[in-house]
Amino acid sequence: MPLDNLTADMLRAWINRAADVLSANRTYLSDLDSPIGDADHGNNMDRGFTAARTALPDGNDAGAVLKSVAMTLISKVGGAAGPLYGTFFLEASKVLTGHTEVDGAILAKSVEAGIAGVKKRGKSDICMKTMLDALVPAGDVLSQHLETKSDISAALIIAAQAAQEGATNTIPMLAQRGRASYLGARSIGHQDPGATSSALILQALADTVAET
Amino acid sequence: MKKLINNAEDVTVEQLRGFDRAHADIDVQFDPNFVAVAGGAKDRVAVISGGGSGHEPLHGGFVGMGMLDAACPGQVFTSPTPDQMYAAGKAVAGDKGILQIVKNYTGDVLNFQMAADLLRDDGIEVRNVIIDDDVALKDSLYTAGRRGLGTTLIAEKVCGAASREGYDLNQMAALCRKVNTYGKSMGMALTSCTTPQNGKPSFDLGADEMEIGIGIHGEPGVERSKIKTADKITEALATRILTDEAYTRELSEWDADKGDWVEVETTDITFAKGDEVIAIVNGMGGTPLSELYTVYAKLAEIADQHGISIVRNLVGNYITSLEMAGMSITLVKVDEEILRFYDAPVKTPALRWGV
Repeated sequence: MPLDNLTADMLRAWINRAADVLSANRTYLSDLDSPIGDADHGNNMDRGFTAARTALPDGNDAGAVLKSVAMTLISKVGGAAGPLYGTFFLEASKVLTGHTEVDGAILAKSVEAGIAGVKKRGKSDICMKTMLDALVPAGDVLSQHLETKSDISAALIIAAQAAQEGATNTIPMLAQRGRASYLGARSIGHQDPGATSSALILQALADTVAET
Repeated sequence: MKKLINNAEDVTVEQLRGFDRAHADIDVQFDPNFVAVAGGAKDRVAVISGGGSGHEPLHGGFVGMGMLDAACPGQVFTSPTPDQMYAAGKAVAGDKGILQIVKNYTGDVLNFQMAADLLRDDGIEVRNVIIDDDVALKDSLYTAGRRGLGTTLIAEKVCGAASREGYDLNQMAALCRKVNTYGKSMGMALTSCTTPQNGKPSFDLGADEMEIGIGIHGEPGVERSKIKTADKITEALATRILTDEAYTRELSEWDADKGDWVEVETTDITFAKGDEVIAIVNGMGGTPLSELYTVYAKLAEIADQHGISIVRNLVGNYITSLEMAGMSITLVKVDEEILRFYDAPVKTPALRWGV
């Protein structure tokens, strides 16, 4: 059913679902990390989102929910993923602060702010085989869709698809950031675990909203 | 997986408990986890480092008189988190500030930078120096740059001594950067290693294969080949280090005047005939000392041939990768300042002399 606004309750439901999804995909993500990283991405994301779920604050402020997620991920995930996901949620939360109802325009702005933060913190961009290869196409699709239509649910479904395609598109890429970059050409042929976890998290958001 | 563990999730905390009981003159704090010298560093610059666990004795084993004031251990092979560096900084530092020594791994760099931002918000001055001495990687344009290896140990020793001599924060940062540009390392593995959480080897290496140019987090190296003799392997690594050309890259550092992180172009030395160096033959955790001495014999011979004088040496396990078999070689050029601070007294669990 079409949906015009997101609420703090929906964001909490999203983080709960994301924690379940990352827990279920813990071994899958660590296995993706094994040939091109250090085989801990699934463990770290599972630990971080489990902690984020436990620490979720009450209240109607959408920004406060994502800020809590950011601070928990920063202290619980470790690796590069902790500060990068932490930065994503922190920058996104700043746009949402004070909003109890998040419409499509604010949502798109929030996701864009999160992506810009990740680019700056990681000194990175698309085509370097990172989480940005999932986030950037999803953010672009989301913004385009919400410019003309107000249905957040439909926009998130196609954004999650774009993220999933973006994650798959990292397979032939040469890694240029993070530990995988040390492998040079040997990083080619493997799907990036960070892009994969980003796609899973966005899919969890789309599924949460679709069920509302 | 065969390991002396109880629960894979608890290995970091359990080893810290043992460390706490073993070393009465070092404070171990939990949640957030850090290891600190008793009494802190309130009247001088605090020297703090950290990184994933699994590299012991690095870094906790180098906390103590004349070396680190605090170390922040992450989960195995996972960078520590900013709340740890923040708590450690608040615990040990006074108004002279903090020098963070950070190995160049993306996670370590990002987490230490976030911690530096948090500490600075609390009015504590922080300088952050990146160690990137691994010559196995040729360029930094398409990678996260060279990794931090054995030069880290020398930087921690030298800066710990300089702090006790009264160097201020900017002098300490300049000294640490000099050590980084004077040091070059390269490692190799005979076997992979298994993190407790993962339960299986981080990469597959055939029974007759070796991996050249490894980092220390169980990540594979830059090339793989059939195993060779100790002399041939030592020669390959030492020659690469001794003939490595001047390496120029941009490193992040905090610009206090601009109030922002800036990228500063940095260029390494090249080794030349007549240089005096500290040499480290470092075991990766699963190689016996006898084999490390076999490597050292060849390394000393090669240094002689190049007219390089090894004035100090360390042979042993200093920066390990769990039970990995293999070794790394580090050469750090010294001048009067570096050698004087290297020779200064040190009393830590893993390094002690002059006391």
